[in-house]
Amino acid sequence: MPNETNDVILSVRNISKGFPGVQALSSVSLEIRRGEVHVLMGENGAGKSTLMKLLAGVYEPDGGEIILNGESVKMENPLKAQKLGVNLINQELNIAPSLTVAENVFMGNEPGRFGLIDRAYMAKKSAEALAKLGSSFPVDALAGTLSIAEQQQIEIARSIVHDGKILIMDEPTAALSDRETERLFELILSLRSKGMAIIYISHRLAEVSIIADQVSVLRDGAFIGTLRKPNLDNAEIVRMMVGRSLTDFYKHEVSGERIEGRLEVKGLTDGKRVKPTSFRAAGGEILAISGLVGSGRTELARLIFGADKKTGGDIFLDGKKAAIETPGDAIRYGIGYVPEDRKSLGLFLEMSGHENITMNVMGSTSTAGVLSGRKNDAITRTAIDRLRIRIASPRTIALSLSGGNQQKLLLARWLEIKPKAIILDEPTRGVDVGAKSEIYKLIGEIASQGVAVVFISSELPEVVGIAQRVLVMRDGGIVAELMDKKDITQETIMAYATGVEPPQSAFAANR
Amino acid sequence: METKNKLERRATARKIMRDLGILPVLVVIILLFTLLTPNFMSTNNIVNILRQASINIVLAVGMTLVILTGGIDLSVGSILATTAVIGVMTSLNPALQWGTVLFPILAGLLMGLVNGALVAYVKLPPFIATLGTMTTIRGLSYLIPDGTTVINNNLNFAWIGNDYLGPIPWLVVIALLVVILTWFLLRKTVLGVRIYAVGGNVQAARLTGIKVGFVLMFVYGMTGLLCGLGGVMTASRLYSASGLLGNGYELDAIAAVILGGTSVVGGIGSVVGTLFGALIMAVLNNGLTLMNVSFFWQMVIRGIVIILAVTIDKFRTKRTA
Repeated sequence: MPNETNDVILSVRNISKGFPGVQALSSVSLEIRRGEVHVLMGENGAGKSTLMKLLAGVYEPDGGEIILNGESVKMENPLKAQKLGVNLINQELNIAPSLTVAENVFMGNEPGRFGLIDRAYMAKKSAEALAKLGSSFPVDALAGTLSIAEQQQIEIARSIVHDGKILIMDEPTAALSDRETERLFELILSLRSKGMAIIYISHRLAEVSIIADQVSVLRDGAFIGTLRKPNLDNAEIVRMMVGRSLTDFYKHEVSGERIEGRLEVKGLTDGKRVKPTSFRAAGGEILAISGLVGSGRTELARLIFGADKKTGGDIFLDGKKAAIETPGDAIRYGIGYVPEDRKSLGLFLEMSGHENITMNVMGSTSTAGVLSGRKNDAITRTAIDRLRIRIASPRTIALSLSGGNQQKLLLARWLEIKPKAIILDEPTRGVDVGAKSEIYKLIGEIASQGVAVVFISSELPEVVGIAQRVLVMRDGGIVAELMDKKDITQETIMAYATGVEPPQSAFAANR
Repeated sequence: METKNKLERRATARKIMRDLGILPVLVVIILLFTLLTPNFMSTNNIVNILRQASINIVLAVGMTLVILTGGIDLSVGSILATTAVIGVMTSLNPALQWGTVLFPILAGLLMGLVNGALVAYVKLPPFIATLGTMTTIRGLSYLIPDGTTVINNNLNFAWIGNDYLGPIPWLVVIALLVVILTWFLLRKTVLGVRIYAVGGNVQAARLTGIKVGFVLMFVYGMTGLLCGLGGVMTASRLYSASGLLGNGYELDAIAAVILGGTSVVGGIGSVVGTLFGALIMAVLNNGLTLMNVSFFWQMVIRGIVIILAVTIDKFRTKRTA
């Protein structure tokens, strides 16, 4: 770098922000350079989003200053920030589904005179911006008909038409498939080469090595440090984020005896997205099902659980055939299912932790349909202690808990049915690093009680970190079984998942 | 441990606040009328207000169950009219005197179950399904008595509308019993929790093994049954019934539920709130009439109070949240 200081486009000096009851940020400083991707990492609640909202004019800081191009500026509101060239793309996209692409690109800044809108100009400018992004959809398409990835491109186009200099993206890959993620990275790198500064907020270590020029870490609202290429070391980043080392991260223990044949699936299929699939999972085993998003993992889980209709195949528990047509049947046979999207498919957000935990057992503890307060309270207290759920009171509603504690509520609910087998679909998604580590420990404890744990995940490091055996899925069928620890590597899993490696001979039918 | 108890107590306190909800507004309105009209606070008038509120309370309790699941029932007024007609016509047949109360209630249950089936199994949006049954059942309420008003001055259930249990009219006793039993259902039974669960997150409810179809059949069926009870109460008071009864009652019931703080998207609310909501409506009607406010102005004021009360409630809950 010949002239480093000149490359600095935005710097933040000793910025602080407090909310009633919490100091969200205390004296944080940061330097953002032109033509660089600056990744901001930290656990949930570390202050990443608050910092970004200060930069984008959503909040005003209590102290410190923001310096843009050498001048101290005040970001009084998002419009001002946008005028100064700073654009924020939130995790929840800011897209009106019933408007066209062009209308979305110019939303809030419609060009025209005397209140008459200049549609030709809008269409032309939008098309130019989207062409730069290599987008393939027309500007007159309705935004609601596009994929999440394409809607994200609309938001990026917004910053281009406004001649943005700094683009802030808050966990942009959270809702994207692997292929779309790759595409987004290409896009980010091409914007970077055009001199744009990109601030990228993420949980995912895997993304850092691909796109980051610099990584800054926040913890508990304080600035911990910045690492620059080529000194980006994952282990060091994790240590900065959680304040402890990576080897402890996946630590979990599985003890107790194996119970062979706890769960057996034979030829299970829905005739569409899941080909006839067979596998066994032993009690006391952690069996991972890996594969790309869309490879049929979740669909398989839902078939086993009776959430979707099967067209063929059988399920056995402890060698006995289980007639599962509905989730209620699955529960009676002892199968639990923690779904992928805990907020929309799992939790009752407005209901208390107590009700969320006891939802599955309140029927059996009741007398003639009347709730047993005493029995249920005892269940909740035990579960909160055992799973170390951080909740102010059992009456606190689920909505107010952190991602990790919400996930523990769901785990608690399913453990109460004393399952023989439990399917965990992406149990650590959207959960902060500290709570992830705790969930791995819990998974070990669950397996130790003789439960067959079927663990679905697209995060390969955690699959490698905790699975004893891995099934890889591709195009709706199992293509490989990895039994030896030495075979369970990110590279092998990826090779089977993407089809670089042809299916193992045992699964040749799924070729 | 001490802080834990304190937090727990605070959570309980917040919950009580949420349940009380609109009560402060009710108290203010009562105080205002007490100051403005001398006769308002007389025992006679209070009994009057409660009696006038009783039928709306019964309908609104059913509506609360439906709205808690994220639905709506527009057919309650029509069911009330039809069941009232059925009650009076049954009473005109000397051989069927045993069925004068039973038949209307069963007919209400049946019509409610039709609503339930349309929502739960045909999977129509509740608004559309009950808009359809509202019109259809309204038609039946005219067809059954052949467009006339059926009258019976010797109703064997006239005591319901006219007699007292001690100082309290039976109508009021029935309404309060309905509130208490439904409160028990919602707070103390498994089915109650499941009603909230279905309204809060129907997908999660399904994946938790809750029979969503059954829960929906129950709430619509129960609402129909309560409308049947409302039909009996109305007929017993009037000694007659016709297809003209109960017009617009669905809107009064919905207003009471909303005033009571129940969320229209489901999952949040209480039947106690609904009771207060229905009382606000009744107190307004009564107080404004005592003050000789014209009927047209009463409508204007009632509408404004609904909007104001819900607005205040919105800000109040935002602060505590």
